Amino acid sequence: MTLDQKLAILADAAKYDASCASSGATRRDSVGGKGVGSAGGAGICHSYAPDGRCISLLKILLTNRCLYDCHYCINRRSSNVRRAAFTPEEAISLTLDFYKRNYIEGLFLSSGIIRSADHTMEQVVQVAKTLREVHDFRGYIHLKTIPEASPELIEQAARYADRISINLELPSQCSLDRLAPEKNLGRTKQAMGRIRVKLEDAAEQKRTGDKKLRHATGQSTQVIVGADGATDADFLARSDELYRAYRLKRVYYSAFSPIPEPSSVLPLAAPPLVREHRLYQADWLMRYYGFRNSEILTPEEPNLDLSLDPKLAWALRNRQEFPVDLQKAPRERILRIPGIGVKNVDRILLIRRHTSIRLEDLVRLRISLEKVKPFLITADHHPARYLLDSDRLLARFRPKPTQLELF
Amino acid sequence: MMMRCVDPGPGFDTWRSAARRLIGEGVPPTEVLWESDGMGSLFGDEEAGAPETIKLVVSPAFIELARAVSCHADGRRWALLYRILWRIAKLGERSLLEIASDRDVAQARMMAKNVRREIHKMHAFVRFRKAGEDETGRECFVAWFEPDHFCIELAAGFFAKRFANMNWSIFTPKGCAHWMGEELKFSPGVERDPCNDPDAMDAIWRTYYRSIFNPARLKLKAMQAEMPKRYWKNLPEAELIEELTRSSANRMSGMIAEEARVVRPVPRNAYLGRLQDLSAVPEIREPAEASIQEIARMVQACRHCPLWENATCAVAGEGPADARLMIVGEQPGDREDLEGRPFVGPAGQLLDRAMKEAGLDRNGAYITNAVKHFKWVPRGKIRLHQKPSAGEIDACKPWVLAELAKISPDALILLGGTAARSLLGAGVQITKMRGIVDAPHLAKRVILTVHPSYLLRLPDEMRKEAEFRAFVKDLSLVL
Ligand code: SF4
Repeated sequence: MTLDQKLAILADAAKYDASCASSGATRRDSVGGKGVGSAGGAGICHSYAPDGRCISLLKILLTNRCLYDCHYCINRRSSNVRRAAFTPEEAISLTLDFYKRNYIEGLFLSSGIIRSADHTMEQVVQVAKTLREVHDFRGYIHLKTIPEASPELIEQAARYADRISINLELPSQCSLDRLAPEKNLGRTKQAMGRIRVKLEDAAEQKRTGDKKLRHATGQSTQVIVGADGATDADFLARSDELYRAYRLKRVYYSAFSPIPEPSSVLPLAAPPLVREHRLYQADWLMRYYGFRNSEILTPEEPNLDLSLDPKLAWALRNRQEFPVDLQKAPRERILRIPGIGVKNVDRILLIRRHTSIRLEDLVRLRISLEKVKPFLITADHHPARYLLDSDRLLARFRPKPTQLELF
Repeated sequence: MMMRCVDPGPGFDTWRSAARRLIGEGVPPTEVLWESDGMGSLFGDEEAGAPETIKLVVSPAFIELARAVSCHADGRRWALLYRILWRIAKLGERSLLEIASDRDVAQARMMAKNVRREIHKMHAFVRFRKAGEDETGRECFVAWFEPDHFCIELAAGFFAKRFANMNWSIFTPKGCAHWMGEELKFSPGVERDPCNDPDAMDAIWRTYYRSIFNPARLKLKAMQAEMPKRYWKNLPEAELIEELTRSSANRMSGMIAEEARVVRPVPRNAYLGRLQDLSAVPEIREPAEASIQEIARMVQACRHCPLWENATCAVAGEGPADARLMIVGEQPGDREDLEGRPFVGPAGQLLDRAMKEAGLDRNGAYITNAVKHFKWVPRGKIRLHQKPSAGEIDACKPWVLAELAKISPDALILLGGTAARSLLGAGVQITKMRGIVDAPHLAKRVILTVHPSYLLRLPDEMRKEAEFRAFVKDLSLVL
């Protein structure tokens, strides 16, 4: 099999993993070294596929042979997909060749599980280790790890990678039992716990002297949305736990994607992609806007409204919190106004130290007045009470009904 | 009013000298026409060398903003910058830049944002092609890019750092950059790509691009928002976009039409066998019949109360099976929950210290908790420890009792109210019963004292020290 054919198979096999970000690495560059590469600060998306997702890393599997039988996965052992495997050298030279042409920010390496967790992890670590130690590669590396791999191997992975991740895939053990019988929520959490401890120890070591220490700075995970009956509340509660307990940098929500040769226990249709989008928005609210997951969803309403963004939905349910006075309100309350993002909140806080805030200020900050007017007070604007109370407020934000086709 | 025509020169530095002079002479913005039409400037040759009359002090934020704005292709940028400078320096609007909604500031920020975006796109969409190697074996690469703004100088540093060990040139109509390993050199822009040989890797890159695209999620608009069409002609992968878009519907229906496969039987494999053993939920037997290791495994599968659900794992006791001393704490904390071991966090360290002072050997003792799963509530970004309820303590009690029965120590130390509630029952007050308590059914000698985390919470150093002494004294009662 040619390298090109292998790449076609092993990139195809990796495309269902939603992780792509290459940000958050320790700042470094190739000056004074032998190889190529730099990292630090924000990541760069080097291209975009027609699916709207960015391409910033060479995302491949080392092999798509796999012992596991996760039904949502094209690489599961019962799938008849064509199999291939890269040698470590092939994966390494692809990474370097692509990197030097500025196609990518680095490597995202994962693998089907072959022989055993440790055997697989050793191969994956081998690639990263050679890239770093032999080729002095200073670009970004993200390694996918397996919870059952020995802690020593996971630690090595963290030494060569900028980020490591373990996929949770589904939010509860009972979902896993049905769709991914080899996976175990408890073991995954334990592995994440160990990784958190190691990351924190490394950060501490770096802070107190060993500035040169090379170590991953974060972990992340992916969950698949819409492969079974798990609700958005299930996902958000699990994410909330993961962020707090294991200090994950990100949880990626990946709408279940129909795969060739589907397993018989799967739904045939994909969930609407907008569900994935709403989950990201809700996740964002938890991490940057100080929302608790229990504020975003309730036991009675365990799924996000697909037609409203979750911040707006919250505001409409909690009209008594509004209007918020931009001149006086504390940061936390301004953060809750739908239509105003974190950056603009901070700008507003600065501006109001010097001058009083008027609607035209908001226009210049590119805030949509249409959206925010009912929720806030400025020097020249006091929303009419009836606006907040009326049912028409909701109608105002729902997407316009689409015209029916004439038959 | 006399209008002054001023040529800002090629970039930020020349504009800055001109602006300094104008400010020095007190020329207001309304009287300056900034024009770079190549016709020469008001400052003729004799003036160009003249010393600048004043020293202007402006904030680094202004310099940074102005540098970015000066790269913008819009000819009005110089007048805008001068107006802002005038307002800061002459009209005393010192914090002008903080008012993001000011008309001038908003416009300058917008321009700077466009320039920064273009720099970012340049970092993303420059595609190097290999052009051979030099005599020393260093690889040489070239690239062609067509930016909207004059940003090559601001953008090039990134490439010099990333590709420090190769030689490269980036050609653009608005200026070129060259790196041979030592310093960045710039040259005027060129009209056309001077060396347009394709790179052999482009084909493999296209294979990757084709394969990483998921036809089930076509979102062309989202793609174009980030990668506008004007960049496409210089991206080797862009020629695939049309074909991929067209074929995606077919690929999708093909996928769904495929027949579902049956699940294959599990192959015989030692590793899978071991995984199954690991995942198997152990049968929960009468704990009294199990060994101390079996108890530890059984407790992992315990669902007697809801606490297991949001914990990482159950934390069973730790220590030799023939220990003569057993210590019971409250419940695992954040660190214990992560590591799966009791008393490894701050309270554990305090216990270590106290035991040492009391002349006790921690490694010789069996240390456990009354409740085996971490109970927490969200607070800010962390998990805040919460006291277990009476119901939870009782649900967990069989596990401590089983451990106690297996270890059957001579001495037992109960740390804090939860341990007391678990093993001595309701209504025990530490303050009243602290010290040796009479509970022969538990152990020959039973000691009740505070939990070390109580000591950690004391704000007053003097008090802390006194309480620590008392704690050590309690511990030494076992001797
Ligand atoms: S806290 Fe105790 S009773 Fe509750 S689930 Fe855990 S082990 Fe069982």
